[in-house]
Amino acid sequence: MKFLLLSIALISSFSQAVELAYITNEKDDNISIIDLSQQRVVETIAIGQRPRGIIFNRAQTIAYVCASDSDTIQIIDLSNNQVIGELPSGEDPETIALHPNEKTIYAANEDDAILTVIDIPSRTVIAQIDVGVEPEGLAVSPDGSLVVVTSETTNMVHWIDTATNKNIANTLVGSRPRSAKFSSDGKQLWVSSEIGGTVAVIDVATKKITTKFSFKIRGIHRDRVQPVGVELSNDQRFAFIALGPANHVAVINRHTMAIEKYILVGRRVWQLAFNKAQNQLLTTNGVSGDVSIIDINKMKTIKSIKVGRYPWGIAIREQK
Amino acid sequence: MIGFMNRLITLLTASIIIYCSSAAAIELKLQINYLKFVVPQPPVLSNKIIPPANSGLKGAVLAINDSNITGKFLQQRFKLNYIESVNNQDFLNQLSNQYQLGHRFFILNTPLAQLKIAAQWAQGKNVILINSDEASDQLRHSQCLLPMLHTAPSNAMKSDALAQWLLHRRLNKVLLIHGKKTPDLALVKSFQRAAKRFGIKIIEQKAWDFNTDLRRSAQQEIPLFTQIRKDYDVVYVADSNKDFAEYLPFNTYLPRPVIGSAGLEPLAWHFVIEQWGAAQLQNRFKALAQRVMNESDFNGYLAVRSIAQAVHQTNNGDPNKLLNFIHSDLFELAAYKGRKLSYRAWNGQLRMPIALVQPHALVSQSPQTGVLHPVNELDTLGYDQQESHCR
Repeated sequence: MKFLLLSIALISSFSQAVELAYITNEKDDNISIIDLSQQRVVETIAIGQRPRGIIFNRAQTIAYVCASDSDTIQIIDLSNNQVIGELPSGEDPETIALHPNEKTIYAANEDDAILTVIDIPSRTVIAQIDVGVEPEGLAVSPDGSLVVVTSETTNMVHWIDTATNKNIANTLVGSRPRSAKFSSDGKQLWVSSEIGGTVAVIDVATKKITTKFSFKIRGIHRDRVQPVGVELSNDQRFAFIALGPANHVAVINRHTMAIEKYILVGRRVWQLAFNKAQNQLLTTNGVSGDVSIIDINKMKTIKSIKVGRYPWGIAIREQK
Repeated sequence: MIGFMNRLITLLTASIIIYCSSAAAIELKLQINYLKFVVPQPPVLSNKIIPPANSGLKGAVLAINDSNITGKFLQQRFKLNYIESVNNQDFLNQLSNQYQLGHRFFILNTPLAQLKIAAQWAQGKNVILINSDEASDQLRHSQCLLPMLHTAPSNAMKSDALAQWLLHRRLNKVLLIHGKKTPDLALVKSFQRAAKRFGIKIIEQKAWDFNTDLRRSAQQEIPLFTQIRKDYDVVYVADSNKDFAEYLPFNTYLPRPVIGSAGLEPLAWHFVIEQWGAAQLQNRFKALAQRVMNESDFNGYLAVRSIAQAVHQTNNGDPNKLLNFIHSDLFELAAYKGRKLSYRAWNGQLRMPIALVQPHALVSQSPQTGVLHPVNELDTLGYDQQESHCR
């Protein structure tokens, strides 16, 4: 009987690919790995100090993690979850973005008002570009021609030509811009402003704001509604906005450009990530130290999972 | 309003792009004067930590650096001019000289008397004055010196912050101990007002007038002094110079927490604050000043940032226009406190959450959850529109 159960368990685990969510815990200097099929933390990896931004390469074999207080980007081999190397990042890297060529990585150096451009094969810094105070959100356009960085205290989106590494334009947005996200067609850039309490949709061609959302949640003062993480679904239907200390995620219908719903999650919701099928959205909740799983079909939180202290960044991959 | 804001932002964005692409764009240059009136510090009993001589100024310098990074993208440049005065005549001359030279922005790190002199001098002049250090309630309540702005939180705001916390913790009975100097008595008045507002009982009030050396005898003197017939939950101490306050914690007759000028202090800023991006500000400050950031530095930082923020958004250097913008709904100052800050129209006070700090940790931040206000919770701290005689 035991054997039978075990083999059933084995078969079921082989029959469908397991998805793993990697969550950086800012105040624990480690990464919690959640197995989405079991909905629990299955492993914890020790890493550099104050880990924040985390991304994978396209093949999902390698993770890059900003260890902000160690002033480095750490490279993790995802086959065994070991740190296998480091990239020179400049001081205090907070977020990173990978160019589609997978050879260039961009890091926002929050303390130095600089965007660092790093060549991965040679592990060297190619360029450092002056941007505004406290650069934060980073995004590379789908075609790889542009990289944008938001600066929290300068309140701008800086547009940089990836061919020349030159700042070509700047767009003023609401106070304390955090995340930037290109739509999959590369025509729109979505930018959240934490203190301004708004999300701006910018037309990439003209670099002008075309739509601006502000959020109203019953019983929560508007000053506590502080947009941070942004995710856009691939089917172009929805935008999800993490609203920080308002403890909700806003759902925006992208066809009607109207806010449809607010979903209650953990405390001070920060960053967001989809699973592969995009039927689940995970949120990192800084103050409650957990991750909420939102079921996209039900538009409801179905589970919260305790992770480390101050979970910050999140990335999800399929286990091969 | 949002439509207008969108238009404004679109307009600004357009102008920025034009500016960036044309090398011949005219740069907007602006000098901000930081005036410090040097007051000799009275002697104190305790071997206290002396605040650095450049307190306040370094915060303003950092804000200039930050604003110039933004200014670079907007063709705006800010410069700080530091001026020290030791007497009233010199102070007035400095103001006039700078005005003659065409400078219109003044941050004042001075006592109340000099603020009044400056306000008098500024009558009918198109200038912006910002009080960065004086906490007097008088300025926010009756003698308003408008259109002066205040980045320093008032005594009333700090007392309210403490009283809200007491209410939240259900520490309702307070033993109040105070020094005998004028600023100590001002603190007492402000705490009495806050206690009344939030239903906190001051069960006894005692003036500290001992002249023994507490470094040797605090363990003997303080328990006797704090032994009263009634039970108390907490000791509030008003001692603006920290003459004796630091000796109260752990020496009170009943083992009770000490708040106010020692123990749990209400402050605009402290080096333990790290949330909402504060860690970055603290790091930048340390790199610049080679020391930690204190409250005065933070107030100086906010004073420069307020002017610069208005200049960034309006691309204008006219004080009147900037002041109008600062008082409009469009003005929002991100100040590492987890919410946007703005100025109260009735008395020019910058609204802000107040940190409640023990020497090595942030204990709480007021307004406390559950304290409600019809317009803005931050207005539960300090003189609200109805109470203030400023108009």
